[in-house]
Amino acid sequence: MTKQADVVVIGGGITGTAILHELAKYNLRAVLVEQEPELAAGTTKANSAILHAGFDAPTGSMKARMNAAGNAMYHELKDELDLDIRWSGSYVAALDDEQMDVLKELLERGNANGVPGLKIVSGDEMRKEEPNVSKDIKGALWAPTAGICWPFGLALAFAENAVINGAEVIRECQVTGITVEDGAVKAVETDKGTIETKYVINAAGVHVDEISRLAGDDTFKIHPRRGEYILFDKTAQKDLVYSPIFPTPTKMGKGILVCATTHGNVFVGPNAQDMPDEEKDDTAVTIPGMDDILDKARRLVPNIPVGATITEFAGVRAVSSTGDFILGPSEKTKGLIQAAGIQSPGLTSAPAIAKYLVDGIVAETGATAKTDYKKGRPAQPCFRMMAEADQKALIAKDPRYGRVICRCETITEGEIVDAIHRPVGARTVDGVKRRTRAGMGRCQGGFCGPRVTQILSRELNIPVTEVRKEMRNSYMFYNKESGGKA
Amino acid sequence: MGEQLYDIIIVGGGPAGLSAAYSAWQNGAKKILVLERDREAGGILQQCIHNGFGLHHFKEELTGPGYAQRCYDLVKDKPEIEILVDTMVLSVNLDKTVTAVSPAHGLMKVQGKTIILTMGCRERTRGAIRIPGYRPAGVFTAGAAQRMVNMEGYLPGKKIVILGSGDIGLIMARRMTLEGCKVQAVLEICPFSNGLTRNMVQCLYDYDIPLYLSHTITAIHGKDRVNGITAAKVDDHMKPIPGTEFDIDCDTLLLSVGLIPENELSRGLGLAMHPLTNGPIVDQHRETSIPGIFAAGNVVHVHDLVDFVSEEAEIAGKYAALKAQEQLPEDVADVKVEAIDEVRTCVPQHVRATAEGETIRLFMRVRKPMKKVRLTVKSGDDTLLTKVLPVAKPSEMIAVNVPAEKAKGHHADWTVSVKEEA
Repeated sequence: MTKQADVVVIGGGITGTAILHELAKYNLRAVLVEQEPELAAGTTKANSAILHAGFDAPTGSMKARMNAAGNAMYHELKDELDLDIRWSGSYVAALDDEQMDVLKELLERGNANGVPGLKIVSGDEMRKEEPNVSKDIKGALWAPTAGICWPFGLALAFAENAVINGAEVIRECQVTGITVEDGAVKAVETDKGTIETKYVINAAGVHVDEISRLAGDDTFKIHPRRGEYILFDKTAQKDLVYSPIFPTPTKMGKGILVCATTHGNVFVGPNAQDMPDEEKDDTAVTIPGMDDILDKARRLVPNIPVGATITEFAGVRAVSSTGDFILGPSEKTKGLIQAAGIQSPGLTSAPAIAKYLVDGIVAETGATAKTDYKKGRPAQPCFRMMAEADQKALIAKDPRYGRVICRCETITEGEIVDAIHRPVGARTVDGVKRRTRAGMGRCQGGFCGPRVTQILSRELNIPVTEVRKEMRNSYMFYNKESGGKA
Repeated sequence: MGEQLYDIIIVGGGPAGLSAAYSAWQNGAKKILVLERDREAGGILQQCIHNGFGLHHFKEELTGPGYAQRCYDLVKDKPEIEILVDTMVLSVNLDKTVTAVSPAHGLMKVQGKTIILTMGCRERTRGAIRIPGYRPAGVFTAGAAQRMVNMEGYLPGKKIVILGSGDIGLIMARRMTLEGCKVQAVLEICPFSNGLTRNMVQCLYDYDIPLYLSHTITAIHGKDRVNGITAAKVDDHMKPIPGTEFDIDCDTLLLSVGLIPENELSRGLGLAMHPLTNGPIVDQHRETSIPGIFAAGNVVHVHDLVDFVSEEAEIAGKYAALKAQEQLPEDVADVKVEAIDEVRTCVPQHVRATAEGETIRLFMRVRKPMKKVRLTVKSGDDTLLTKVLPVAKPSEMIAVNVPAEKAKGHHADWTVSVKEEA
């Protein structure tokens, strides 16, 4: 395969997909390459899912600028792209006078960063809204513009909109080299062939420094920092917290928070474990890590429903050697645009980063806006959230919406089939899970996993033995004929 | 179907639901509806193709599907009993309406005079027991793997480690071996096995599959697909002992680490639940805390034998039928049944003195394996029953009858005790 593009985006996480969404508004041939079968398979799938208000980062930093701008953009994008976001606000809780002083600093910094509506409330005021938090909390910083979101849903929505506007997403496509001639990008080499392009936007998450080196820029390094989480069943303590509750931050980061997903599952995490540089994909969870998370979470909310644990997971954040986001054209290689060091608040910043970088390319190339740009994306039916009359009508149109495949989350066959055939549709069991919630419930796919596998096999016209869990080689089942002869 | 009034609506068409339907029919119920979410009735038995079922209930050794067929044969072709498959119940309401959905009938609302909940149980997952490591493909609950092997015709892997010596894990150890796979080890965190003795012998010992008691998994290896696990010995508090770790090569990890009654609908109804059984609190008729709503089988407490499930469901079916026909007296003395000493759980948790002259059957599980124990049922200071049992194990349910003449008139709370004999 040899392809021509104007811009190649490397990496299909929240940053890459937001960039593709922005590029698709212009008359530019945009291609996104992702090494795994699914988008949002790296840091985007394992983070705190919070749209931060923007008071954490030092005033004037890229993080501060992009955070405040990104948060404001999501307030617009929520309806436009039908994003799963709950504008919950957030608290930073202080347990002593020293921490109360830190809250004042955060308030001042937030005001300087342009974050609207920040205020410090007393512990009692906070407990009126969040009755389950610790009696030891003396006060909290309330940030009304913070929200929680469904992070993979955001990335997929960006990608879906981009694709219906002519952008291309190539999955299972690993970058093997970047051709640079006379100090300028000429092509991206992949295991699926060459893509000739003048621009490469490097949004490769924890691997962004390796991609940069392939293009001749070794001016920064990425250090992996792992964060573990514990997720609880939504039937347990579902009203435990409404808003994310952070501890007072320290030098190590924002600390271990207690939060509920947009679907009502309480979760706690993350810790911050600095990993060896070669362990960028180490998303293993550990017993000491989980014990530590629970211990710290209980200081904020004593009654954590440990018995209702349904899963533990870990994500790796890309910490840059500069400590800030590294955004914009490489100083070494023309046409290489960096979106590097995207750790928190990267999820919140993604649309702002996208606009910042794409504006730069548009200014340089003079690319014109598409006159036929389509806003939004195809509606995604969600049976369990529908009114009864709508449920009846949907089943009458397509009886597969009457067959419940995931019992824990009430997800129908119709929704799963839709997830597979949507733009940038699901190819794997976890891909179905992140688009529909099938398998996200308390049985964690015990019942529906085999059925979802068979639906994928049927709809993608591949053998069951070629259906994967998520990653490139994560095959699930073997044929009996070959079984056991090894 | 549609706007009709049913005597009984049964949620779940496994052995409990089918047995309850038959018993309700025998006891005069005229309109019975069974709602089953799978493509056929029979529940989890459909994938349990091994034998060993039915020795108590049908006095004959049957396979799982064979047992299910027997249950089904008793209810099929009866005009009073309607069975809808591929039908998922979305909610059960206090007014005894049930909302369900199926591809064939769409969204439906049906009304019952009584309801019997027979949803069964599900398997505890990896997340619930906190196994550290990666989350690759190749980690399955034993039941999910069983369905793939026995019903869909695929293998979950070729080189297997099984965590937990519950019955499904033991059965799968043998099943995978017979499919030509290599079962590397069965690990059990307790110092004793959690399966039936016959399964230990027939599924592990007969195939020389190593069983490691007091062991657990401290890491799962492999990012895309499992490529090994690390095992370690545990101390008396079930914590891994540092230095005892060893690696086992495998491509698949099957989990058989416990079953949890599936009570989402019960919780939605607000039924009083028991913290140890994880099921609704029931009386001897298997009526829950909400009058007219009954529950039976694994949804009430996890059974060891399907025969006992059928037995319990027949009780629920009978009394739900009597209730629907307004033949079950109300407002009678209510006596608590409390599990004490080495009894962990006992069902029923209370007895209503409705029909003086009923034999009261008690199902219980003990906390630890013991030899030569005394089981005693008392009402206040009066002993209703006492007997010595040669062995008692957590994995095997103990069932005893308190005879009608003993149960009669004992309105002080009951205690059920098992103690080791000195």
